[in-house]
Amino acid sequence: MIRPPFALATLFASTLALASPAHAVTEIQWWHAMTGGNNDIVNKLAADFNASQPDYKVVPTFKGSYPDTMNAGIAAFRAGTAPHILQVFEVGTATMMSAKGAVKPVYQLMKDAGEPFDPNNYLPAITGYYSTSKGEMLSFPFNSSSMVMWVNLDALKKANIAEIPKTWPEVFEDAKKLKAAGYATCGFSNAWATWANIEQFSAWHNVPIGTKANGLDGFDTELKFNTPLHVKHLQTLIELQKDKTYDYSGRGNASESRFGSGECPIFLTSSGYYASAKGTAKFAFTSAPMPYYPETAGAPQNSIIGGASLWVMGGKKPDEYKGIAKFFSFLSDTDRQARLHQESGYLPITKAAYEKTKADGFYEKNPILQTPLKELTNKEPTENSRGLRFGNMVQLRDIWSEEIEAALGGQKTAQQALDTAVSRGNAMLRTFEKTAK
Amino acid sequence: MEKSAVFKGKLLPYLLLVPQLVITLVFFYWPASQAVWQSFLREDAFGLNSEFIGLENYQALLAQPEYYKAMATTVVFSSLVAALSLSIALLFATQADKNLKAAPTFKVMMIWPYAVAPAVAGVLWLFIFHPTLGTMARPLRLMGFNWNPMLNGNHAMALVVMAAVWKQIAYNFLFFLAGLQAIPRSVLEAGAIDGAGPYRRFWTITFPLLSPTTFFLLVVNVVYVFFDTFGIIDAVTGGGPAGATTTLVYKVYADGRLGGDLGGSAAQSVILMVIVIALTAIQFRYVERKVQY
Repeated sequence: MIRPPFALATLFASTLALASPAHAVTEIQWWHAMTGGNNDIVNKLAADFNASQPDYKVVPTFKGSYPDTMNAGIAAFRAGTAPHILQVFEVGTATMMSAKGAVKPVYQLMKDAGEPFDPNNYLPAITGYYSTSKGEMLSFPFNSSSMVMWVNLDALKKANIAEIPKTWPEVFEDAKKLKAAGYATCGFSNAWATWANIEQFSAWHNVPIGTKANGLDGFDTELKFNTPLHVKHLQTLIELQKDKTYDYSGRGNASESRFGSGECPIFLTSSGYYASAKGTAKFAFTSAPMPYYPETAGAPQNSIIGGASLWVMGGKKPDEYKGIAKFFSFLSDTDRQARLHQESGYLPITKAAYEKTKADGFYEKNPILQTPLKELTNKEPTENSRGLRFGNMVQLRDIWSEEIEAALGGQKTAQQALDTAVSRGNAMLRTFEKTAK
Repeated sequence: MEKSAVFKGKLLPYLLLVPQLVITLVFFYWPASQAVWQSFLREDAFGLNSEFIGLENYQALLAQPEYYKAMATTVVFSSLVAALSLSIALLFATQADKNLKAAPTFKVMMIWPYAVAPAVAGVLWLFIFHPTLGTMARPLRLMGFNWNPMLNGNHAMALVVMAAVWKQIAYNFLFFLAGLQAIPRSVLEAGAIDGAGPYRRFWTITFPLLSPTTFFLLVVNVVYVFFDTFGIIDAVTGGGPAGATTTLVYKVYADGRLGGDLGGSAAQSVILMVIVIALTAIQFRYVERKVQY
């Protein structure tokens, strides 16, 4: 046997070491979009998993915003270099599930890998969003949240408001009082323009966003959110925008800081805002369920989730799939889920983790974290509130936002804006239907 | 007897041309032809199904009122950016061309913004003029001006124009300055002796002599606003509000990259390519006639 010179051998060995610490280890690439504290959580999860067993190594890589991460994954798939696990935000669900062959459904992954897996252990309000109508789990929920109303309690006191508003008319009244009490630039507002005013709003009032159970039952769905209820709500916002009782905060969540800075005392956004609110707000605050119109029969219904799930990409080796399955079992562990939930503010995905957190008395001390769970489980989900699945959702949201902006900017009435949002959206859904055969 | 050297071989000239041709083919014709081909296809984001659909992408595109709106927005945006960045740069360049003590420092500082990436430039301006976070937004509000680029399309347009102009002034400044320095002093002095004031000297001597530079910059600036500004728009307004700052190139980006509609996006880039080629051709055909080399 020819022995390479020592220096070369060390170089060779160290290169190997950089690639993988021990040669029997199978690497699992995980592309994600988590920033700040959540990025640390991702890295810690991977490190804990890698330390817990010798055969697999999960390598998390940050790929930018949600759309960036998804696009990076798609581009990598086209180039044949897809990661094993791709974190995709909820609105990318339809695109991912229509890509048969590009993804490996989670239920199948677990079956193939022989990993114990019972879909009934998971909270249906969460996994339902990522499952087929038969209940087969397609992607693994990772960080889930829902929309809640964040309330600045000090501001309420200052404006002599005794109770946290429950209905929209109460919110409007209180916002006027808050404005008079010094919150001149913003009585109330919301992040995620369409998630708040179209998606969650519809589910919470048990009215359809679109036909076919909001697209869950088929891609031949049509949008329906130009009802009198939606129009009334948007028209009210238009009126209130004029004197800044309501003030628009953009399409994403960049303006969430308007709550934390104390500018907007009532603010609807994700329950995942908890960590940031805790870090920035210099006042007493809490979260409350989203408001509703009391004259709507059956309101409030239940809210729907947001956040992201982990998709397993297709065309990988069986051994790698085994490692991914093990990683998902590791994530589902009750103690780990409970801790993740309590640290990050994202929802627990298993029933056991929810029960454990309840039993520990965690919610008595932290009622804020229970608000989204209460909303999600408020009532048995209906066709209108189980979730939504529309193709090209990223673009649909942009179109809807454009129309909402046109209405709030005074260029269109609420009726005109919502009618156009629906018709433009339907055109886009038809294009998607053709590609997703 | 023929005295000039004539290469007999037919091969050599082609061989000498090969590197240039290869570069043009690989970096221009190949991607461009891919875009044209893609524009006839309907494909899902992952490239799993693709179907030849002829001109359907173009038909769908031209049936969208938003597409025409994006065209109008592009006209407004590009005229504003090109006109402002050229005229402000020319103003600065004429000032820097004077014999000032601090002229070298001034020149260096003028060139800095060019090194800033478009998206970063956008974020900088956003920080200054963001309706809630911006340092300038509060004074504007205190003055009773309801500054709100989140909902007011004109405000949003003003913001992206400012960022795009600011970014481009440095480049234009550099070329104008070089152009000004190439103008012979004697011509200007002759004008001065004949009694022409600075204003008259500028318009009748400097400006015409500068016209090759101005023309070159016009072409470059038009290409810049058409293609290079989407980073700024993406960072500052995301094309909003209500599509008020969605230019053609931003729409290509939004539909293709964010929306995963590759066919429709490719059709848009083909149209955009044709527009820019036509525009450049017009500039060379008509505007160049007025240029005095």
